[in-house]
Amino acid sequence: MKLYEQTAAQLSRLLQKKEVSSVEVVQSFLDRIEMVEPYVKSFITHTPAMALDMASSADSRRLNGEEMNPLAGVPIAVKDNISTAGLRTTCASRVLENYIPPYDATVIRALREAGMPLLGKTNMDEFAMGSSTENSAFYPTRNPWDLGRVPGGSSGGSAVAVSTGMAPLALGSDTGGSIRQPAALCGLTGLRPTYGRVSRYGLIAFASSLDQIGPLALTAEDSALLMNVIAGHDPLDSTSLPEAGPDYASGFDGNVKRLRIGVIRENVSDHFDPEVTSAVLKAIALLKEHGAIIDEVSLPLTDYGLSAYYLIAPSEASSNLGRYDGVRYGFNAGGDNIEEMFSRTRGRGFGPEVKRRIMIGTYALSAGYYDAYYLQAMKVRTLIRRDYESAFRRFDILIGATTPAPAFKIGEKTSEPLQMYLSDICNITDSLAGLPSLSVPCGINTDGLPLGMQLTASPLNDSLLLKVAGFLEQKRDPLPLRPVVKLPEGGVI
Amino acid sequence: MSVDFSKEVDYVAALARLTLEPEEKKRMAGQLSDILDTARRIRELDTEGVEPTSHVINLQPVLRDDETRPSLTLNRVLQNAPRRQRDFFRVPSITANRQPEGAGE
Repeated sequence: MKLYEQTAAQLSRLLQKKEVSSVEVVQSFLDRIEMVEPYVKSFITHTPAMALDMASSADSRRLNGEEMNPLAGVPIAVKDNISTAGLRTTCASRVLENYIPPYDATVIRALREAGMPLLGKTNMDEFAMGSSTENSAFYPTRNPWDLGRVPGGSSGGSAVAVSTGMAPLALGSDTGGSIRQPAALCGLTGLRPTYGRVSRYGLIAFASSLDQIGPLALTAEDSALLMNVIAGHDPLDSTSLPEAGPDYASGFDGNVKRLRIGVIRENVSDHFDPEVTSAVLKAIALLKEHGAIIDEVSLPLTDYGLSAYYLIAPSEASSNLGRYDGVRYGFNAGGDNIEEMFSRTRGRGFGPEVKRRIMIGTYALSAGYYDAYYLQAMKVRTLIRRDYESAFRRFDILIGATTPAPAFKIGEKTSEPLQMYLSDICNITDSLAGLPSLSVPCGINTDGLPLGMQLTASPLNDSLLLKVAGFLEQKRDPLPLRPVVKLPEGGVI
Repeated sequence: MSVDFSKEVDYVAALARLTLEPEEKKRMAGQLSDILDTARRIRELDTEGVEPTSHVINLQPVLRDDETRPSLTLNRVLQNAPRRQRDFFRVPSITANRQPEGAGE
């Protein structure tokens, strides 16, 4: 088996036993990138020299007998909305096309300290607004399971990098599904951690009460190893939770006996693609067979959650994106006076989806509409939290599909924003409630596309989600970890 | 009842400091009406006496000791400035419609 085909945990074991060096591991991924990247376009910026430097430094630290994180020497790809000092960070926007952050995000500092080489910065929907990675100002990313389809979004580049063996691990960010939805559409495990569990310092803000950084990985164990690197308290983030995180990677040999599982009626639905629903029901039957207690639960506010989300997130975005005015950084379109410079810079710099969201948010916050839209949405957010609180009195985890359907075709939803928004329908309410939520692969449909199931827990129970996902990986019929990429000119890679 | 957004587009775009092309405005009016029709559904819910949630965790003021510590150097703060003049960000006139000529970059 080639190095790039291994999971992060397998690479970690090989590196710790000194059977391979980090330089060899990184070189294997760089070769794979050269072969696959032209077909899928996962990256915005490649950093091969930096990756090899960091690998060689991890190798010498290990040879010197330094005690190192288990992921030391295992490389990673990072979504391009996470600030990297001295390295271009674009948010896939013309506005930040040449932006060089003067500091590292806290998660980047954690990766550096752990000795994880950075392979590059990945493509995304502009400012993380989108569900398909088609809103990138540069180019769309393609789904390796079918190159005519989208990988999901907004963390589509990160998902595809892991799915194709161009990186063993990646960081994404999730505001209303942007880790879980691409994980489902690309056959990966993707975790949105509890709000406040992973520092947001240096994550370029979209909607601050919702944004979270989290892992995209091949397995639950790989996700847990990465959570051990990035989770914890950070004094630089005022929304960071004070408690230290648990060891996410321990306890993977457990079982699901007497685990109380609520099947969300709205997310295991007759209206969804029948193959999605049957794959989810099959996984639920498996959990039941192994002793889990299964019952149904209704979260009737799910549809209202989507409406509330599309007021709250754009409102926060319209405020957060006020900073792109052409003064301190980013694109500047010039103008005779400052008002004209602001408006021209923003009008020409932002793409259509970002402008739509700024417009919705500005409207919802404007005089005369604030109470009816934004304030009402925040009240609905309270009702949604209460629904979850009462569900978690009866259940340890809640289960449903991650997406109503598998990956859709490139271009299929670009002219209808509302249809695009609906692809996140299962991911929105737990974001609004700040809950940890994870997508785990649960099948492949008849067209060969991956299907995902979503598990949600009460706050700070991220590790329970990882354990249940790990259990499912062990017990279900084996699924391919990665696609065989069919090339347009014939042949496979 | 649908929100006719076409009358609002100019006003909201001005508030948001966004210059929009005429076709862009037209397209956006239709799309935003659809999105807001969906968003308006939250008004069906009775929220009498419900406290709004602006943040899911109890945010306490996070303070540090009032001690000086190193911050970014001026050059790094200004490294991304589209227009810079010595140690300042340079912008067009903010008090008049015309910018004085001759100020060096």
